[in-house]
Parts: sequence; C-alpha cells; structure tokens
Amino acid sequence: MSTISAPGTDAPSAEVPDYPMTRAVGCPFDPPPTLYTLQGRAPVSRVRLWDGSSPWLVTRYEDQRALLADPRISADSTHPHHPHQSPGSLVRRRQSRSFISMDDPEHARQRRMVTAAFSIKHVEALRPAIQKIVDGLIDAMLAGPKPVDLVQAFALPVPSLVICELLGVPYADHDFFQANSKVLIKRATPPEQARAATQRLIDYLDRLIGDKLVHPADDLLSTLAARVKAGELSRREAANTGILLLIAGHETTANMIALGTLTLLQHPDQLARLRESDDPKVIASAVEELLRYLNIVHSGRRRVALEDIEIGGVTIRAGEGVILANDIGNRDPAAFPDPDRLDIGRDTRHHVAFGFGVHQCLGQPLARVELQVVYGTLYRRIPTVQLAVDLEEIPFKHDGLVYGVYELPITW
Amino acid sequence: MKVIVDQNKCVASGQCVLATPEVFDQREEDGIVVLLTENPPEHLADDVRQAAVLCPAQAIWMEEQEKNE
Ligand code: HEM
Ligand code: SF4
Repeated sequence: MSTISAPGTDAPSAEVPDYPMTRAVGCPFDPPPTLYTLQGRAPVSRVRLWDGSSPWLVTRYEDQRALLADPRISADSTHPHHPHQSPGSLVRRRQSRSFISMDDPEHARQRRMVTAAFSIKHVEALRPAIQKIVDGLIDAMLAGPKPVDLVQAFALPVPSLVICELLGVPYADHDFFQANSKVLIKRATPPEQARAATQRLIDYLDRLIGDKLVHPADDLLSTLAARVKAGELSRREAANTGILLLIAGHETTANMIALGTLTLLQHPDQLARLRESDDPKVIASAVEELLRYLNIVHSGRRRVALEDIEIGGVTIRAGEGVILANDIGNRDPAAFPDPDRLDIGRDTRHHVAFGFGVHQCLGQPLARVELQVVYGTLYRRIPTVQLAVDLEEIPFKHDGLVYGVYELPITW
Repeated sequence: MKVIVDQNKCVASGQCVLATPEVFDQREEDGIVVLLTENPPEHLADDVRQAAVLCPAQAIWMEEQEKNE
C-alpha cells in the first residue's frame, strides 16, 4: 500500500493498492488474491502505479468488454496520462510506436495493411507447415538427451520459426531478436536498456525492409515495403509494425506452450482427456480454456478515457487512466461458472485473453492454430511427458509483462 | 432472422468465421468480413448470435423478424 497522493484524485490515498499485485504463494496459476477482492467489492477502483499515478482498475468481465469496445477510450501511448506498464515500456511505446498504441482512424488504416495474412483461410493454409515444424522439433527432442528444457527446445522455436516465415525474417537471427524482446518484456528493465534494445530492433527491421524494397518476396515485410514504396507508410512506421509483429508473434505463443504444458501436467485428468481425443473440436476447446485460465498477458490493457464515463458505480473523468485487468475478468463467475476450475470441455470462446474491441489480437487465428497443433501433438507423441524437477523449482515470470515460465525441465 | 455486418467497423479478427463459417467469410485482400447470406437458416441462428457476441468490433447484429402469420 502506498500513501502518496496523486494530483487530481478524490480517492482516499491510504487505501489505494499498488498495481500490479503479487500472486499468492503456492498459486502460480491464479490471479493475485487482491484482484478477487476488488472484483467482489470495488469492481472499478483506483490503483497506484510505479510512477505514482492512480488510474482506475476495472476487474469485472462485462465492464471490461464494455470499455474496450467504447470509442471514448483511447490506446494512444503518447497521452500524458497513459498508464504505462513500466519505465521501459514507456520508452519503447514512444520510441517505436505501432498501431497497438494508436486510435482509429490511423490504427485501422495501419492494421488493415497486414490483416490479410491473418485471415482464417490464410492461417489454416499454414497448418501443415506448422505441423511439420512441431513434428521436427519433437523428433529432435526425442533423439536428444533428457531431461530437456521445453522452453528452449520447443516452446520458443515453434512460434519463432512460424513468425519468421510469415514476416520474412531470417530464423538464423533468432538469438538476436529473442534476446532483445526478452529485455523489452521484463518489467524491471531500466529505460536506457529498453531504449538501446528498441533501437537495435528498429535498425534491424529497417535493414530488412530496405532489402525487401529491392528484393520483394512473398512475406509480410515485403507487403509493408510495398506500402512504403507507395508512399502510404514511412519506413520508420513499417519498421515499428515489423517489431510489433515479431515480438507479439513469438513471446506470447511460446509462453502459452510452456505454461500450458505445465498446467496440464498439474491436471492429469484434463491432460488425459486431451491426449485421448483426436476430435479437433476437443483440442480447439482446450486451447480456448487454457487461454482463459492462464491469461498470460497479465499486465492489463492500458487506456485513457477521452470523455467522462459512468461505469460500475463510478465516474471515470476525461483524461484519467484506465486499466482493464483481463486476468481477473476471465475468472469472473458472472461470465464463467466455477471460474477457477480448469475444464477443457467448457464453452469459453467469449474469454478476453486476446483483449476486446478494435485492438483485439490480430494474431489470434495464428496463435490458435499453433496451439492446436502443439497441444494436439506433443502429449500424444510423448505420452509419458513429466516434470524433471519439483513444481517449486520452476521459475515463473512474475516480473514479466507476459506471464509464463523461464524454464520447464521435462523428461519422459 | 436478418444478419447485418458493418465492414467499416470490422477489424478482421476472424471470430465470426470460426463461429459460423456458413454465414461469414473474409475478403481476400484484407480479411474484412463478408456476409455469405443475409437470411441464414433457422438451425444456424444460435451460431450467428454467438458470432455477434464474439465480434470484438460490434460489427455484426441481427434483426429478428416476427414470424408472420
Ligand atoms: C497466445 C498468444 C497470444 C496472446 C495471448 C495475445 C494477446 C494479445 C492481446 C491481449 C492483445 C490486445 C492488446 C490491447 O488491447 O492493448 C493483442 C494484440 C495484438 N497481438 Fe496478440 N496475442 C497472442 C499472439 C499473437 C500473435 C501470434 C501475433 C502475431 C503474429 C500477435 C499480434 C498482435 C498484434 C499485432 C496486436 C495489436 C492489435 C491492434 O492493436 O490492433 N499476437 N494480443
Ligand atoms: S468477428 Fe467482427 S471484427 Fe472479426 S472478422 Fe467478424 S465482423 Fe470482423
């Protein structure tokens, strides 16, 4: 609890809890206990951030959907009251501003330049190639020594290989871009380190886009390069979009693969149901339930109110910061009966793990197919998969903007 | 039931196509929603309603027609 009073707040400052909050010891799969309390007692209330500001935190599912779809809510990261996730994130969102941090109409204009590649049809067409990547990596694990770290041997390479192919980024550079995105998605990264990592990624993407201008190929960076040529996008904007797709395209899915596997290992009955079914509907439903249950993008959607908005019994004033905590929204009993139970058979497609509103995840069709292939293959090909260490020894990404595990030693 | 979509609001999330591929498709050039039929058969009504709930951009809605006579 913090006692500093931010200007322009009417809340009793001593009761404003710090955000983000910590998860309970021994409950690494559940949101922090304080979020449950707030959802029950004060579903729209102020929290204190790292910079001393006190934006509103929205914890109920329906309120979150309503606000995320409300045109009076802005995602503009240059707004002076935008509730940034960390000092490093502030630097990155300003230095490399992409459409995730813009409002319509510019957001829509830039998003629509890359949406074709993520249509259901296009992504379904990638399924055989993704299956091949997954099978190849499993072959390599089975042929190698055990135990093995699933994160390095499998969870990171799957989405990295896929997004490299789609964007036209050489996979040989994966150590470079993985190392830099790792810096950017850690909450504690100091601003100067975030600035340097962002600049390295800007320079790298700029060089690739320069290549695509001269040698266009059938990939997304070439699509962006064509827009640069047509004068519809600056080279810097193209590079910023490239960075967004590259980072969002591998960090998130990688965490869902490793953390999802760990979760299933803790729920052997659910794992057995998944392994014993070859019904694509069962696998698809398991993916949705794990997305809901884990909600790995656990740092809240960050917005600013552009007008006064009445919600949950309070008035959010124009210019105030708003955070939509999707992790607890996905555990709202009003939207998901018995929300803290993992049940891969439930219909949970309305979860907010991909956000909601115009910024809802662009890559979701791709993430779904990747996870369906992984969850549908890994546990069948390695049916005796198990943890090689105790759960207590697994390092969780409590300090990450995206949740997951740093390592997952497995054996079979 | 009559289905209406707003292509200007659509953000190409693909949720409607996953929910009801018989009724929704996406444009080849930018993934924006295309309505395959304005008057889907009754047995698809629940799926269409689900698509409208899932649509993140509120670009889908229905006019439930009175059953005449
Ligand atoms: C399981 C994996 C994933 C999860 C949980 C996830 C989650 C999210 C969330 C919550 C947002 C909303 C951000 C906001 O409202 O502020 C988002 C946006 C976005 N995601 Fe994902 N994502 C995943 C995978 C991917 C993949 C594979 C890609 C691309 C290749 C991707 C690209 C994007 C982009 C470009 C946006 C910004 C959309 C916009 O602002 O219009 N994501 N994602
Ligand atoms: S669900 Fe809505 S936003 Fe997504 S493709 Fe369909 S109409 Fe567009």
